[in-house]
Amino acid sequence: MVAPVGRAANPGRTLNRVTSHGGNAATVEFDHVTKHYDAVEGKNGTPGAVNGLSLKVPAGKICVLVGPSGCGKTTSLKMVNRLIEPTSGRILLDGVDASSRDVIELRRGIGYVIQQVGLFPHQTIEENVATVPRLLGWDQSRRMTRASELMALVGLDPGKYARRYPSQLSGGERQRVGVARALAADPPIMLMDEPFGAVDPIVRERLQNEFLRLQEDLAKTILFVTHDIDEAIKMGDLVAVFQLGGTVAQFGTPAEILSQPASDFVTRFVGSDRGLKRLSLFRVSDVALETVPTARVGDPVAPALAKLASHPFEYLLILDHENRPLGWAHRERLLLIEKITPDLANPSSPVLDRRTTLKDALSQLLEADVQAGLVADRNGALRGVLTVDRIADFARLQSISPLAQDGLDED
Amino acid sequence: MQEGRPLIDWVWISSNPDDILERVLQHIQLTALPLVLGFLISLALAIWALRQPRIYTPVIALTGLLYTVPSLAAFAVLRPIFGLSLLTAIIPLTTYTLLILFRNIVAGFQSVPPDVLEAAEAMGYTRRQRLWRVQIPLAVPLTIAGVRLAAVTVIGLATVASILGDAFGGLGQFITEGLQQLFPTKYLMGAALSVALAYLAHVLFVRLEKAVTPWATARARGIG
Repeated sequence: MVAPVGRAANPGRTLNRVTSHGGNAATVEFDHVTKHYDAVEGKNGTPGAVNGLSLKVPAGKICVLVGPSGCGKTTSLKMVNRLIEPTSGRILLDGVDASSRDVIELRRGIGYVIQQVGLFPHQTIEENVATVPRLLGWDQSRRMTRASELMALVGLDPGKYARRYPSQLSGGERQRVGVARALAADPPIMLMDEPFGAVDPIVRERLQNEFLRLQEDLAKTILFVTHDIDEAIKMGDLVAVFQLGGTVAQFGTPAEILSQPASDFVTRFVGSDRGLKRLSLFRVSDVALETVPTARVGDPVAPALAKLASHPFEYLLILDHENRPLGWAHRERLLLIEKITPDLANPSSPVLDRRTTLKDALSQLLEADVQAGLVADRNGALRGVLTVDRIADFARLQSISPLAQDGLDED
Repeated sequence: MQEGRPLIDWVWISSNPDDILERVLQHIQLTALPLVLGFLISLALAIWALRQPRIYTPVIALTGLLYTVPSLAAFAVLRPIFGLSLLTAIIPLTTYTLLILFRNIVAGFQSVPPDVLEAAEAMGYTRRQRLWRVQIPLAVPLTIAGVRLAAVTVIGLATVASILGDAFGGLGQFITEGLQQLFPTKYLMGAALSVALAYLAHVLFVRLEKAVTPWATARARGIG
């Protein structure tokens, strides 16, 4: 976690307890699913009809449904927990037809996260998170223990947030609560409809990264709706590109969608900057990081200056006593002093999560004063530095393989 | 005829505390019973309207019509049936609360955000659980605002019930008697205590609303 809202909890330990339930995931299969709306029936604005949808999501994978609005993504999602009943076709969860199951019991076993979050305004965060456990009849102490675990899991300090009401939280915090609530009963399947759509880009990026980190451990089967192709490429193990009329234009891995778009529609939807988008296929953790001259607060300046002298970089990276980066000091500012002090650490530069895509990293670096992103571990200690040059080198290397096919597939 | 009595006769006030207290208690009874009855009827109608939205307009029309019936006329119609009884007084006062209470409870249900209802449904609430754990609690602020308005209205209207008799006449009895006896202290006392009761009811329900909805301290105060 880059900079969680609450640091007091111990996310690492909680994580182990949550996952000790063990890889709880189910396959989701759409089998010729169709949903037609009569003109009269459409009450939620543009009715998103779905036409003969067939796709299979393996257990533990994130499948992103992406496409322009009104193309049936949300309808498809809501047919899984039967908020909408299909006109024809079947949806199989671990091979069992969803329509054959009791609808209330079915829904309690499927996590649901929506853009507006839909938290209960009259309940505390703790009660909100414990909603499904309460419906399932867990006793009070077990519910509260579980709620604390989950709040810590999504980066909210239970001591600080448990008794608050949703109106007292920021948009990003509410989204975290929404995710925690959906995970509360450890459902094998999660449905997420633009879950990070209502927050600003910086918070969204962080929530995406944290969610991907959670998913590494939880390995739920997730259906994720978005209209944002960049989010689809970043979040999806698989991506289904929907087009108007409620059909799937292409279903494949993000790399396949980018390198071999199946139709003109997909090509257009993905956009002209496919080269740049391909950077979204890779993460900061895929690139070998650089080392730069560093010094800790309190260190004498002389050896640091010596290190700088033998390095092409003009800045010294200043760390605190736990090796957490504070910021950069230009060489010239070090000349007349003896010891490193914290106030030298200026300017700073972006802190990158290991899960940040190279596209997002590049975009953040281009806006920074010092174009070197700081990559830290879970405790915030420095792992290394990522520069624009490194990303460019990496892109050049990658272009040898997947990008080379580009010209062949285009008409 | 007792001419030349002072406007405020302190001796009468200080020598009749039991009488005054009794009238106040009667008045509270005349207010509380219609409020409770009206609330139960309105809640039932509002839940019905939640499931069958098309009954909303007819119910509003009917309760609106009842609201316009003059109280004296209602007493005159009911008296031959129920006599000079408490029931004759309670029935019209109850019907006057229906318009305000029904409209505010329905507005309370409508104030529940659609995404909250969708989330509740998607997480596996049954319809009944959703009603009792989500819709009704979230309708509380506007409902209490409605009860507050209805209480203030009924406290004023209940003074008219005094024409039905001494047994449950409430503060209106002071007003009627005071006017008949040309005794200003009595009718001023009846009016002042009635206003004071209305104000107390107002304060009580504002406090109650804050106490039971800590999550919505900055919410709107309903339809007025």
